[in-house]
Amino acid sequence: MKYLAALLSGLLCGVVLFIVGLYYNPFVGRSTVSPLAISDTDVHSMSYSAVMADSILFTNDGESISKPYPEKVAELWEPTIVDTQLLVTTILDSRGQAAGIGIKMSSPSEKTRLLKSQLLVDSVWHLYIPGQGTLAISQTENYWSYFRDIIVPAWRNSSNSWRGTWTKNMTIGPGALGMAAVTGLSGDFSGEQGEAVESLNAQAYSILQGPVAMTGTLIVAMADPTGS
Amino acid sequence: MIKTFILGLALGLLGAATLVYVTPAVDLQREQSLISVQPNQGNREVFHINLPYDRIFSGSQNGGQNNAFPRAIAWPQQQALDGSDSEIFKLRNSKDIVVGIAARISSTKEASGSFIQWMLHLPARGSIFAGMQPGVTEKGDRDGLLLAGTREFHNMSGTLQERFDTDTGTDISGRLELVASLRTSPGEAQ
Repeated sequence: MKYLAALLSGLLCGVVLFIVGLYYNPFVGRSTVSPLAISDTDVHSMSYSAVMADSILFTNDGESISKPYPEKVAELWEPTIVDTQLLVTTILDSRGQAAGIGIKMSSPSEKTRLLKSQLLVDSVWHLYIPGQGTLAISQTENYWSYFRDIIVPAWRNSSNSWRGTWTKNMTIGPGALGMAAVTGLSGDFSGEQGEAVESLNAQAYSILQGPVAMTGTLIVAMADPTGS
Repeated sequence: MIKTFILGLALGLLGAATLVYVTPAVDLQREQSLISVQPNQGNREVFHINLPYDRIFSGSQNGGQNNAFPRAIAWPQQQALDGSDSEIFKLRNSKDIVVGIAARISSTKEASGSFIQWMLHLPARGSIFAGMQPGVTEKGDRDGLLLAGTREFHNMSGTLQERFDTDTGTDISGRLELVASLRTSPGEAQ
């Protein structure tokens, strides 16, 4: 009997040790400098508020932490899109002035591997910058650090919230050096290809309402196909 | 007894790791792709939108008026957005099952020329970006070209046709049909 108890307690300890090791894995989550930060091509810096109440529209299945905004917007409850999130937001230029409209659609990626500390999301942006043109951005983002550094601490906190300063490049692909693929669709960007990196800067998060103070940044570098 | 405990510990570690490795963390719901093969290679897939039920969002600014749907939306009052129109819908396959989301952005007052673009997002498959011709055909359809694709639609080229049918014979006031004719084009890789 005591051997069975020892085996069971060993099993339990093993599982707990695995979860702790996965959560505190020291080899992941380190902030890296975006390759675009040292690029010699012209880059466009754009930002948006990642707080749902600051967006034009946000919707999901209606049962997640971040609630749809405004309240009566259609929810994505159908089985094929139940895990998808839709964001329509004002895109700000590098001076913080409204520059255009961005539509972002995100769905969990089936390439997610928890053993590799990956919580992957496939997302696409359709950006319309009046006077300049439209852009398509496709990327894979890793939300593991976001989950580990913000959501879990907020969940453990007695006030169900997290405060601090957290900045992270979310984009990890599909392009070389972990960058998003950008295609110019019209206007000045027409026919151009480029790369992009999306990052999040968080100051406050609540388990009850999602991001409270959070900004997203898109750094886009376009390459002229003519090389001029 | 210590040896038994250590054996349990190792089994617990290994078992948890195996379970996490073999169990998919994300398993997206898939619908059968209703694709027909075209005689000149490539494939054809028909999507549609039932109006007004599938409309999630609509925002436009013409002459300073706020024409947003739902009405609670605060559409940005940027003069630069004058003449533009953004709409988002749920997207259905030919069996009338929702398989994704579609966004349509258009502008009639861009200096570089007016444009109409579609973004179709099918969570389990990928996304399509298409640019449409400003004019319509004799049948009232609008033709467009695939400009970019992701995942399953990466390295593909082809066309997207937009049709609007008001004679649905049901309580649906209109049916917006999107016909994607795509083929693999290795030479046009991103």
